[in-house]
Amino acid sequence: MSTEQSAVFEVLRTGPLALLQDGGRAGHAHLGVTASGAADRGSFVAANRLVGNQVGAAALETVFGGLDLRVLRTALVAVTGAPAIVTVTRPACDPFGLPAHPVAPLAGTGPSTGAVLAAGAVLAAEAGRTAVFTHPTDRSFVVFAGDTLHLGPPERGLRNYVAVRGGFAAAPTLGSRSTDVLSGLGPPPLAAGALFATARDTAAAHAPGSWPSADFVRPATRIPPAAETMRLSLLRGPRDDRFGEAGWRALLDAAWTTGSASNRIGVRLESSIAVAPLFAATGELPSEGMVAGAVQVPPNGQPVVFLRDHPVTGGYPVIGVLTEASIDRAAQLRPGDPVRFVDRTE
Amino acid sequence: MGESAILVELPDATTTLTLYRRLLAEPPPSVVDLVPAERTVLVVSHPGSRAAAERWLLEATAADAPGADPNGIPAAGGSAVTIPVRYDGPDLADVATLLGITADEVVAAHTGAVWSAAFIGFAPGFAYLRAADGRLDVPRRATPRAAVPPGAVALAAGYCGIYPRESPGGWHLIGTTDAVLWDAERADPALVAPGTEVGFRRVD
Repeated sequence: MSTEQSAVFEVLRTGPLALLQDGGRAGHAHLGVTASGAADRGSFVAANRLVGNQVGAAALETVFGGLDLRVLRTALVAVTGAPAIVTVTRPACDPFGLPAHPVAPLAGTGPSTGAVLAAGAVLAAEAGRTAVFTHPTDRSFVVFAGDTLHLGPPERGLRNYVAVRGGFAAAPTLGSRSTDVLSGLGPPPLAAGALFATARDTAAAHAPGSWPSADFVRPATRIPPAAETMRLSLLRGPRDDRFGEAGWRALLDAAWTTGSASNRIGVRLESSIAVAPLFAATGELPSEGMVAGAVQVPPNGQPVVFLRDHPVTGGYPVIGVLTEASIDRAAQLRPGDPVRFVDRTE
Repeated sequence: MGESAILVELPDATTTLTLYRRLLAEPPPSVVDLVPAERTVLVVSHPGSRAAAERWLLEATAADAPGADPNGIPAAGGSAVTIPVRYDGPDLADVATLLGITADEVVAAHTGAVWSAAFIGFAPGFAYLRAADGRLDVPRRATPRAAVPPGAVALAAGYCGIYPRESPGGWHLIGTTDAVLWDAERADPALVAPGTEVGFRRVD
C-alpha cells in the first residue's frame, strides 16, 4: 500500500483473489507460523528475474487472472505462471509508440490513420487515441503512466505472478510481505482502489549470486494442455506404513480430480477410490510437523496436498511428499483438473 | 520427508523437548525451521541442503555430542511466564463433573501445576501446555464452538491452551486472560514458545 505521490499502480479490479507474495517467512514454524510465500515458486522467481529483481522481491499472485491495474509511473513489469494474455491499453500515443505527455486525451485531434507503434502487438488504434498492446507471459515489458494493464484469464493453469522492477512495497510482517490465508498474517488481499509503490529489491549488478538479466525465460512450471493429466512426483513416507502396500498402490493407481475447496493451504483431491489405512493402524497419530507438498490422508481416504500456507502441525498421516517442482505444479491445478501421482522414491 | 525435511521420531514428549533444545542451540545455515510436536522434531532445510542438514543432525544426536548430557542442556529455554486468569469459563462446571471434583478444585489444580509448552500449533502463538501431574486430562467437547474468544483458557486431550485470537475451537473453556499471547509486531511475537514454563494465577 502506498500514498498517492509515490504510487506506481492503482488496483482497479481483481479477479477471484489477488495477493501480495514473496519468498515467505520461513523460520517461525516453531511459533505456529507457516512459511507461506508464492505458491508456484518457480514462476514467481522467473517473474523477478525478468525485471532484474532479487529472488524474493514481492510480486502479485492472482487466481484466474482478472486483474486490472492503472499505471501511474513508468515501470518494467513481467507476468509469469499460467499461460495468459496481458493487455495494455494506452490512452494516447505519439507516432513512436511512446506516451504523450501529459497523458490526458488529446482534445480535437480528430480521426487518425492510426499510429505506427514501435513495440508490442497493436490490436486496435482507435481514433489515434487508444492503442492496445498484448503481451504473452514470461516476457518483460515497459508500461507508462496512463496505461491500464489487464491480466486475462489463463487458458490453463490457475496462478499468475506480476512482478515490477524494484518489487511491490508493503510493510513486512515477520520479515515477509506474503499474505498467509491460514493465519491472516501479512497484507490484506488486493482490493479496488489500493495503491502500490515499488520497493528497492533490485538485484545488485555483479553481486555474488546475481543472475544475468533476461527479457524472456522459459516457463518455469510446466502446465499440461487442457484435458491432459497433471503428473505430480511423489517421495514415499514418512507415514506410508499406516497404509501398507495396498494403500500406496491405491494412491498411485487412482485417477484423482482436483476439488473445488482447494486453496493456498492445500489442494483437495477426489476419486471413487479411497486410500484406506491398514486395519492395525487406524489409531490416532500424535500431531507432527508438516511441510509444503505433504500428501495427507484423512480418514475419508481422499488426499490433501499441502501448499505454502499449510498448518505447521497436523494429525493425519502423510503418505508421501511432493518434489519441490511438483509443489509448484500442484499450485497451478484448477478445480476439475485430473491428477496422477508418480512414484519418484529413490 | 520429501526433498527438504527430516522427521525425527522420539519416544515421548520429554525427550522430544530435550532434543529440540539441543538442536536449537546451534542450527547450521542449511536449516530453516525446527518444529517440535508431541513426539517428533521436524528439521526443515533449504531446498537442496537436506544432505547437509542430515549430516548435522547425525552429529548433533550422536551419544558423545556436546549437549548429549541432559545436565548440560539449558533449562527450559530460560523463560517462564505467569498468566493471570479469571476462572469464568462456560465449561468450568463440565470439567469439574468430568473429573469428579469441584470447580474450586479444578482452579486449584490449574493454578497449582507447573505447565510446560510442548509445542505450538493450530494458530500462531497457540501453545500446547502440559502439566507433569496430568490431573486435568479431559477429552474435547462433543460439539466444537464456531467462535472461541481471544484469551480463552481451555483444556482438552491432556493439554491446556490459550486461544491467541478468535477462532473455532473444541476445547473446554475454563477461564479468560487479558495476556496477549500473540503480537506479530513484538520482538518476541509469541508470549509462550516451545519449552517455556507457564504458571497460572487467579484474578477476579
